[in-house]
Amino acid sequence: MCLGIPGQVTEIVDAQEHLAKVDVNGVRRIISVRLLADEGLLVGDWVLVHVGFAMSKIDEIEAQLTLDQVQKMGADYVNEIDAFNSSQIA
Amino acid sequence: MKFVDEFRDPAAARALVKSITELAGTDEFKFMEVCGGHTHTIYRHGIEHLLPQTVELVHGPGCPVCVIPMGRVDDAMSLAEHPAVIFTTFGDMMRVPGSRGNLIEAKARGADVRFVYSPLDALKIAVDNPSKEVVFFAVGFETTAPSTAVTLVRAKQLGVKNFTVFCNHVTIVPPIKAILDSPDLRLSGFLGPGHVSTVVGTRPYRFVSEVYSKPMVVAGFEPLDILASVHMLLQQIRDGRCEIENQYTRVVKTEGNTQALKLMAETFELRPHFEWRGLGFISQSALKVHSNYSEFDAEERFSMPGIRVADPKACQCGEVLKGVIKPWECKVFGTACTPETPIGTCMVSPEGACAAYYNFGRLHRETSLLVGQRAGV
Repeated sequence: MCLGIPGQVTEIVDAQEHLAKVDVNGVRRIISVRLLADEGLLVGDWVLVHVGFAMSKIDEIEAQLTLDQVQKMGADYVNEIDAFNSSQIA
Repeated sequence: MKFVDEFRDPAAARALVKSITELAGTDEFKFMEVCGGHTHTIYRHGIEHLLPQTVELVHGPGCPVCVIPMGRVDDAMSLAEHPAVIFTTFGDMMRVPGSRGNLIEAKARGADVRFVYSPLDALKIAVDNPSKEVVFFAVGFETTAPSTAVTLVRAKQLGVKNFTVFCNHVTIVPPIKAILDSPDLRLSGFLGPGHVSTVVGTRPYRFVSEVYSKPMVVAGFEPLDILASVHMLLQQIRDGRCEIENQYTRVVKTEGNTQALKLMAETFELRPHFEWRGLGFISQSALKVHSNYSEFDAEERFSMPGIRVADPKACQCGEVLKGVIKPWECKVFGTACTPETPIGTCMVSPEGACAAYYNFGRLHRETSLLVGQRAGV
């Protein structure tokens, strides 16, 4: 459950409520970027996503490394992506 | 060196293993990886079989699902069985056994138990179901606690009346201290947790080097990160240094995430003590909902049994969590206790040492025993 999965910000949905849409492995969902309020997050930035929250900003190389790593986890990765798919944060 | 070929950069891995072997020489070292994510990487990639026999990795208490004691699971079950309650939880917690079974069984008996991806999803269920009481089963270290913190702030902002949190968040420093104080284990140093440190930074670990004179290296999750961190620990020891170093600078800042820490301070307070599975009661080691947010505290709104329940006698999760025994040394490992029918928590979560070893590690171990392979290649 401590998995952090890389996602790319595709849209700042509500700047006041700190909500952004991120693309994780082709699936787009809304997450909270409240924890990165100081980082001036922009569309195109990569973040580590954990339970519906961006927990840290990362660069594209780190995103790729992490993605390769979590994809090797097999079923655990699939479960995490399924969970992300099920999210209804709005 | 069969396993090394699976690495992103096999040449770098080979060079690190060679240098680790030289630095270690004939002395024996025992390093604890605190984080369950690291345990997973180590077993998944057979890292312990790449290291020289003198360098041993032992698993620590950093799997949040694994450290929840049975009594708290029983309390969760009683909340879930309350007729007015929709009980929401992360998937990993569904299969954790309490003394009266697990949440999947409670659900089968008619309780409204729902798996959620995020505490914000739980809050949304509350908003969508105003006639029900929605409880979120919050577990996790400082990695996950900020997400509950933001959810509490949001619930207050929205004035949601039917949402509460059953808070079981724990903090990373007290169990490290408990392990350092334990006479069972002689450690040479620590691989520090990666994601927890993105939140808390590296400063809270200073006592490890300053008070206990043990080195620590905060490590990333790639297999190369683990090897590089073991190398950094050995280099410190050989240089006569004892410091808190950060190998995972790509993600972890010295000061951590100050926003997250501020939100946690606003919404949580320290419990005087909390029971950890296997480690017993540790003072100031867990978080409860702050009194300013008590209307969102499930422990204030509902009565629960709150009874301490001893672990099953056959289960040795405690020794596994303290790094005293390896998963395969437990009496019930792989026989009575498997990921399908777990007796102890370490077999439930994918980050639990027993589940990680059951799924990946034993194949590596069996292979390496067969071919008599061990580092020093």
